Amino acid sequence: MRTGWVVLALWVSASAWAGQPQPDEEQRLRTLSAELRCLVCQNQSLADSNAELAVDLRNQVQDLMRSGKSDQEIKDYLVQRYGDFVLYRPPVKSSTVVLWIGPFVLLALGAVAMLRYVRSRRRTLHVLPITDDRLEAARQLLVGGDEVSGTQRKDDST
Amino acid sequence: MIRFGLPLVVFLVVVGFLYKGLALNPREVPSPLIDKPAPAFSMARLDDPAQRVTHEDLRGKVWILNVWASWCVACLQEHPLLVEYSRGGNVPIYGLNYKDQRELADAWLLKHGNPYTASLMDPDGKVGIDYGVYGVPETFVIDKQGVIRFKQIGPVDPGVLRDKITPLVQRLQAQS
Repeated sequence: MRTGWVVLALWVSASAWAGQPQPDEEQRLRTLSAELRCLVCQNQSLADSNAELAVDLRNQVQDLMRSGKSDQEIKDYLVQRYGDFVLYRPPVKSSTVVLWIGPFVLLALGAVAMLRYVRSRRRTLHVLPITDDRLEAARQLLVGGDEVSGTQRKDDST
Repeated sequence: MIRFGLPLVVFLVVVGFLYKGLALNPREVPSPLIDKPAPAFSMARLDDPAQRVTHEDLRGKVWILNVWASWCVACLQEHPLLVEYSRGGNVPIYGLNYKDQRELADAWLLKHGNPYTASLMDPDGKVGIDYGVYGVPETFVIDKQGVIRFKQIGPVDPGVLRDKITPLVQRLQAQS
């Protein structure tokens, strides 16, 4: 029974693999270099930039691909020379941990602040119980308001 | 107190970060190569292409590697300073002639002076990539063990030469 499952799983994964179009080199180069920063024109990726160094580095990346290096190995190659700066997605390190978890910390702080605010508001609302006196006062206010708007309408017509 | 104090503190922190951010130079990318062994190379000499120089040949002495090219405008800015510094003969300066043509490079050195013990040719920029070069000129100080101890991106100015490079070279030369 168990071997049956294994065979089935293998068959499914193999057919899924065969069905997937093999990403060609060009596509791979474009995807990878879109994640790498051009050092000369810093707000462009290696894929977008036409700076001479970007062209050289793209060629270098292509050479490394042809020699059978994985994407991670190519990134390591560039980081070794140019530092984490070439990566648009910086790795999690002690120096970048604030960058990575900072937004979530701020979000949590915001949620806590909002919760506290909502709770304190609810508490003040509950402090005032509805009594007959207050209900009567409110009714009078409503009736009075109607009269006021009535007089206004009269004023408007004259 | 919290009502006004907290926003004030947040405001001051933000101002602090922005002020610091203004003072940073985004062009100055810290090199990961500092305190790492200088990448291996074997390059032909500009004055005699039949002869090659490798990183091993320079082991055992403190040396300066200056990346330059005849097409590089900013190189002219630092060049007189290098020529003068080389007259002192304190430290060999090797040139990395980056993505240049031999005739143009030769003519440029004749015209502007040659501070280099030797210039080594890197016509396709491969050695430049190994050294993380992204803006010419760049200058490296390499110690006796072949470890990169300093990198200047962009032209060397008198202040950098006086306050950083000269004392560093002296200190490194004093080490065994």
